Amino acid sequence: MTAGNGANGSGRGGAPPTSESMARTAATPHRSTAAEGQTLPAPLLSVRNLQKHFPIKRGVFGRRAGTVKAVDGVSFDIAAGETLGVVGESGCGKTTTGRCILRLIEPTAGDVSFDGTDVRALGAEPLRRLRREMQIIFQDPFSSLNPRMTVGAIVREGLTIHRIAEGAEADARVRRLLEEVGLRPDYASRYPHEFSGGQRQRVGIARALSVEPRFIVCDEPVSALDVSVQAQVVNLLQDLQRDRSLTYLFIAHDLSVVEHIADRVAVMYLGRVVELASAEGLYREPLMPYTQALLSAAPVPDPTTKRQRIVLTGDVPSPANQPPGCVFHPRCHHPAKDAACTRIVPPLEEKAPGHWVACIKQPPTGVSWAEQQGAGGTREPERYLPVIGVEQR
Amino acid sequence: MNGSHASSHLPSVNRAPLLSIRDLRTYFYTRAGVARSVDGVSLDVFAGETVGIVGESGCGKSVTALSVLRLIQPPGRIEPGSRIELEGRDIVTMGDAELRAIRGDRIAMIFQEPMTALNPVFTVGEQIAEVPRVHAGMARKAAWARAVEMLELMGIPSPAERAKQYPHQLSGGMRQRVMIAMALVMKPALVIADEPTTALDVTIQAQILELLGDLQRKLGTSIVMITHDLGVIAETASRVVVMYGGEVVEESPVRELFAAPHHPYTEGLLQAMPRVGQRRQRLAVIPGTVPPPTAWPSGCRFRDRCPYAWERCANEHPPLYQIAPGHVSRCHLADEPERRAKRHEPAAAVGGVQ
Repeated sequence: MTAGNGANGSGRGGAPPTSESMARTAATPHRSTAAEGQTLPAPLLSVRNLQKHFPIKRGVFGRRAGTVKAVDGVSFDIAAGETLGVVGESGCGKTTTGRCILRLIEPTAGDVSFDGTDVRALGAEPLRRLRREMQIIFQDPFSSLNPRMTVGAIVREGLTIHRIAEGAEADARVRRLLEEVGLRPDYASRYPHEFSGGQRQRVGIARALSVEPRFIVCDEPVSALDVSVQAQVVNLLQDLQRDRSLTYLFIAHDLSVVEHIADRVAVMYLGRVVELASAEGLYREPLMPYTQALLSAAPVPDPTTKRQRIVLTGDVPSPANQPPGCVFHPRCHHPAKDAACTRIVPPLEEKAPGHWVACIKQPPTGVSWAEQQGAGGTREPERYLPVIGVEQR
Repeated sequence: MNGSHASSHLPSVNRAPLLSIRDLRTYFYTRAGVARSVDGVSLDVFAGETVGIVGESGCGKSVTALSVLRLIQPPGRIEPGSRIELEGRDIVTMGDAELRAIRGDRIAMIFQEPMTALNPVFTVGEQIAEVPRVHAGMARKAAWARAVEMLELMGIPSPAERAKQYPHQLSGGMRQRVMIAMALVMKPALVIADEPTTALDVTIQAQILELLGDLQRKLGTSIVMITHDLGVIAETASRVVVMYGGEVVEESPVRELFAAPHHPYTEGLLQAMPRVGQRRQRLAVIPGTVPPPTAWPSGCRFRDRCPYAWERCANEHPPLYQIAPGHVSRCHLADEPERRAKRHEPAAAVGGVQ
């Protein structure tokens, strides 16, 4: 990445959406201020304008009564060896995004490219082969393991399906995998119900690792675990990433876990990425008002300090009935919020090197003041960065 | 085994506590053996304060809460000798009619999952109105008006319309507000909130915690806040009780607990938490897992996972030692503080394999 005139000096390997790719995604009004012609290394995973719309059916004939836009134009890249965190509240589309990438759910539109392979174009057999490279760890360690299979059989299944090993060699591999995730090799003959949540999650991790993938979608892998066990699993995931050069898409609703494990973080709201930045940048200087509120809402485990809290009013709108313009405008606290926010869909723009934000009121923006006035805007964009760091109580 | 010192640690305040629990034991008689889920818990709650109870799954915090309302079903049982006094009346031994009269009126509970705690076939207004009709003999119309008034107090927009809706028509945050309205409609002296925000998103959690704090200031209600989230504890509680293995292992004013935790379990919990703004390479862990309540280890129940444990911890069940005024800890380190310098790998971590 040193070869190019990269205007985008994010410092991390992962390229944010490029202007070229954004121009292709005409369906979403993304505009980019990033310089053209950057020569970053090709990302391992590249997602462009991903969409997943679920029809709402009513009545006996299944008349289509509406559409839930669970994922609505999501674009990002993940470099090899990188961890991209995805955070957002229930219903923001983070889990659907992860599953669409693996085609566990078929996306409605958009492109997913894994190491140059167009994932969406693959037939059943090539897709099955690709799944050896792309795995998933599920949130609920209780429902994601077959209770009738021994732990050994669960971990071994992938080896058999992908014809990686059989017989004594497969047994040896299963034992090594269990050991690698911190379980005793003789646990292979036991059943999932004999284990605690943290141990089951380790089994889920061993199963994902068995086929030696390069990329793993971690879908809230520690959300169901207690604090002490959560730390064990987070450390394990980081050790495995280092030892096996894994690439993670790490989905979570817990901001502190994501900050800890992720290199870059994408914040999602109502099916869209509203902010995408390095973990340091995002937590130090959150620019999207939603991210600011999300960060300030997290309780601080320190009774001597108090955060300047932005308490959002109301609930997240239904994804079946999204507000026009910026999806966040009904709850937004940006001082320059005006009628333009209700009419213009904010493009995801690079506001600082490697820091992408979807807000027309947070300068700099490619949506000119004249254009905003044309849409009923009355307040000029102004930089708004509330103090949400800790202050003494 | 620890009844003798059960009350010695509690602050000697002139005013009588609102709720006083002494040597509470709640056991479940299962086929796998006797689960001693709550095993000798003592604590006091004074008027107008918020006491946090923190601990992980299986530590006994929720069973303690259910015991206080006598909501324990067979095969569970509150053992003889346990005392739970609310405003001087013993809940454990009182008759069913008296118990029904104080539940919802003097003491109320907010549950974690509002969808399962609310009745799906009644409107939320009817469910709130039922409380003053039963407890205050209020007429149907007046009770309905009271329900609408409570919804308004909860910050719910257009409360008159919302009252006519069913639980499934409301969002998770809205349902939790309804639960809080039901709990507070009789202005009870004590509210027990069992993980009230765990099922909610973080921005909604902030709204609910803010609301609970406001209502407490307005109504003077005492709150027992049960949670696994130390962040929620830090922001709401003035005093904290840490539970592990069915016992209180540490009790302290909130600031002191976070600044100078004494018990190795509390210390481990605080270190294991990833914190926003403190990006580190590796999280501290507490190795191993919580033992099952049917087989608590002898001596100290935390010793296998403890980085300081020595022979004494296996042989002698630690009492609650006084650390400072209002601060107690169930750890022999209080007796032999020099041992804190001898940190080692806990037994559960040896070999690194669970």
